[in-house]
Amino acid sequence: MTIGDLSGKGGRRRRAFDRLMSGLIYGAVVAAIVPLVAIVGEVVIQGLPQINWEFLTALPRPPTIPGGGIFNAIEGSTIMVGLAALIAVPLGVGAGIYFSEWPESRLSFLSSFTNDVLAEFPTITLGIFVYLVVVLTTHTFSAIAGAIALSIVMIPIVARTTEESLKLVPHTLREASMALGIPRWKTVIRIVISTGKTGLATGILLSVARAAGETAPLVVTALWSVYPVTNLWGPTGSIPYLIFYYGLSPYQTWHGYAWGGAFLLVVFMLGLNLSVKLLIGRKFAGIRAEI
Amino acid sequence: MISSKQIGRRRVGGDQILKGAVAAAAVSIVVLLIALGIELINGSLQSLTTFGFPFLYSNTWDPNHNIFGALPFIYGTLVTSAIALLIGLPVSLGVAIFLSEKAKGHRSVGYVLGSLVELLAAVPSVIFGLWGLFVLSPNLKTYVEAPLHEYLGFLPIFSTTPIGLDYFVAGIILAIMIIPTVAAVSRDVLNAVPNSQREAMYSLGATHWEVIRKSVLPYARSGIFGATILGLGRAVGETMAVTFVIGNSTAISPSLFAQGYTLSALIVNQVAETSTPLNASAIVEVALILFGLALVINIFARLFVVRLTRGARFRA
Amino acid sequence: MEIQESLEVRKEMAEVSTPTSLSGIQPKFETKGLKAGFGSSWVLNGIDLRIPPNRVTAVMGPSGCGKTTFVRCLNRLHELTPGAVVEGAALLDGEDIYDRNADPVAIRRRIGMVFQKPNPFPTMSIYHNVVAGLTLNGERDKKKLDHAAEQSLRGAYLWDEVRDKLANSGASLSGGQQQRLCIARALAVEPEVILMDEPCSALDPTATAKIEELIAQLKKDYTIVIVTHNLQQASRVADYTAFFYLGKLVEFDETATLFENPKEELTERYITGKFG
Repeated sequence: MTIGDLSGKGGRRRRAFDRLMSGLIYGAVVAAIVPLVAIVGEVVIQGLPQINWEFLTALPRPPTIPGGGIFNAIEGSTIMVGLAALIAVPLGVGAGIYFSEWPESRLSFLSSFTNDVLAEFPTITLGIFVYLVVVLTTHTFSAIAGAIALSIVMIPIVARTTEESLKLVPHTLREASMALGIPRWKTVIRIVISTGKTGLATGILLSVARAAGETAPLVVTALWSVYPVTNLWGPTGSIPYLIFYYGLSPYQTWHGYAWGGAFLLVVFMLGLNLSVKLLIGRKFAGIRAEI
Repeated sequence: MISSKQIGRRRVGGDQILKGAVAAAAVSIVVLLIALGIELINGSLQSLTTFGFPFLYSNTWDPNHNIFGALPFIYGTLVTSAIALLIGLPVSLGVAIFLSEKAKGHRSVGYVLGSLVELLAAVPSVIFGLWGLFVLSPNLKTYVEAPLHEYLGFLPIFSTTPIGLDYFVAGIILAIMIIPTVAAVSRDVLNAVPNSQREAMYSLGATHWEVIRKSVLPYARSGIFGATILGLGRAVGETMAVTFVIGNSTAISPSLFAQGYTLSALIVNQVAETSTPLNASAIVEVALILFGLALVINIFARLFVVRLTRGARFRA
Repeated sequence: MEIQESLEVRKEMAEVSTPTSLSGIQPKFETKGLKAGFGSSWVLNGIDLRIPPNRVTAVMGPSGCGKTTFVRCLNRLHELTPGAVVEGAALLDGEDIYDRNADPVAIRRRIGMVFQKPNPFPTMSIYHNVVAGLTLNGERDKKKLDHAAEQSLRGAYLWDEVRDKLANSGASLSGGQQQRLCIARALAVEPEVILMDEPCSALDPTATAKIEELIAQLKKDYTIVIVTHNLQQASRVADYTAFFYLGKLVEFDETATLFENPKEELTERYITGKFG
């Protein structure tokens, strides 16, 4: 390659090549955006017509009978994600506080590393774990087992976002608090967490969004039920499972349920992600991938 | 005598309690991972002792005769992941270059497009699967697979008659799903390349693309490698989307258009239908293999120290 | 004499002589062989200094001389950094704050600190910032808090400017006002000593002047130790000045004497700008 002169034949070729590469790059961006538009579009087109009052409040009908709804799935998902949050938030926030305020300890390094590994884990293995530990010992698929499995998915997200939010709190604020004669534990809880609370809340919301969409763990822990929840120790329906089970069935009416459920799920998740992004916007100085 | 009123007496109290409580939370995470591994080994013990090492390269998965081998699933996982990387990596790199070069500033087009790519990561796997089954699969079959089979069917990889549920479609879906991960991390890697590198090249008279190719990319090489490994990890662990479109067959075939299975898809589909304890144990062993694979890949990726938050990510 | 030789002579002397005007006066703070550092390297190499009560004592010296570390040892803030080490004694009214049984939290309540960059708590209003030291330690009596808030804000020369907007965020003030807010916050817990670490370095000249005026008033009720690298500021506000170099106390005297008639050659070279 001769650097320097961009005119002349060599230069023309290089400029053309440059333009070609630009084109390819724009093409890549299009290739990445098109599926998103296509998926959301399809979900809206197929799913929106399914939504009506009955869909949200009634129970599913057998395949050949029209009508019905997915109340069981909506209720089941809400309960299991809620329970999962009750488990995951204290553990995740606690671990995040430890990583942020005592970063020099060996436990901090080990646990933080483990946390990162766990965050990227295939969720089906987490589900099998809960299957072996809970489902087999209690001899039943259950909402509790499902909630436990979902909480394992949530904890790493909450822990990491908590850690990063708290680490962004300037050190000088901690010092100002300690210099006033405020003990360390109060400094952490009343000053540090309070200053970083937006980031913390965001992390919790994101983990909820993620848990709401998880299917694989629920397949092996909560399984499915077409009835409303009466007992937390019995099989429980959920929206992701509904999409999986009904989507793969050969019945047209059941495909309708699947798309309707998909629509609700997409609305919930994209809505949550978008509003989080708008809310924290510029105020938050960046959780990002680090090298 | 020290007057304790003036300088106080040292108390063990709130500080210790807080530290103890949050340290316990941190410990629980480590315990969780260890327990995970132990339980999987425990649950697959029967299968491990019955089949030993050959489990990894045995082709037979026959619940009726109680013979199990994981080769078809390892093969399927590798093939679909390979397709995912082959197609997903160039696209991700392109997106990453675009985002790092053009997406400056908050209200720019680049920022909006970048956000859209991130939203792709927020779409649940099961919805990818649904779309894959009803939209992508028929279209790929008609416009890509059928022609390839018709004109190039003499090649082993295109040799079976496509029905739209196969390794190929699964691979394409995985490619789409890993783009947000690989692109986001790569973008951050590219952003971390110091401007002085670019400026030096520009001052020598290089074109935009030459600058990228000759100075930015080489500098970012190891980081992008790390991003790729992370993408591989995602592809290997992906379950639901693959289950919808891979055809669920325990046979191995060199053809991309043949039905197959992956480690994760097998578990999800067959867990409720185990016939014997050995069957169940074999499935847990498959989960153990997946666990081991994911562990190795993730730890390897950590060597390039990459972290990310899946779903929407925020930056300044 | 070269700087190095000057230090050699330093080492041989037992201690820096006390200014005659202070002989017989019980020091508010007295350090004995105070050493501090990180890991295996010392930043402070044995400081013996007697800080007089109700006066302003400036601690000055070139970058890296240990002046900030010294002051952070006085309220036991230094040890909060992971890897920090401290040796020696620091006597507050005769009692060693580094005694094994001492409670650092109780000690810090008697000593206030103002930092280089103003650091009001961003999630709190002006009012809550001022009384943070009281509320976070359990004080709930609204009357007491209101009283403390007004007193402290008056004492920091900030009351008139903020009396109508106490509910506004602490971060809504200008830099100089924020620093005075931090001073008010420190005053509210009624300390005996106020430490200031280059409190004006982030402020413009007008704000700086206001704070220096404030310091002159505060010394009537408090013992003030101010770290500064600004020679003019030291000569303006400080009654006594301690000159540190490379972790050692080189000279300690009345400010006027130190500046016009330094006993040590090192001091003289610093003051005349031969090194920064």
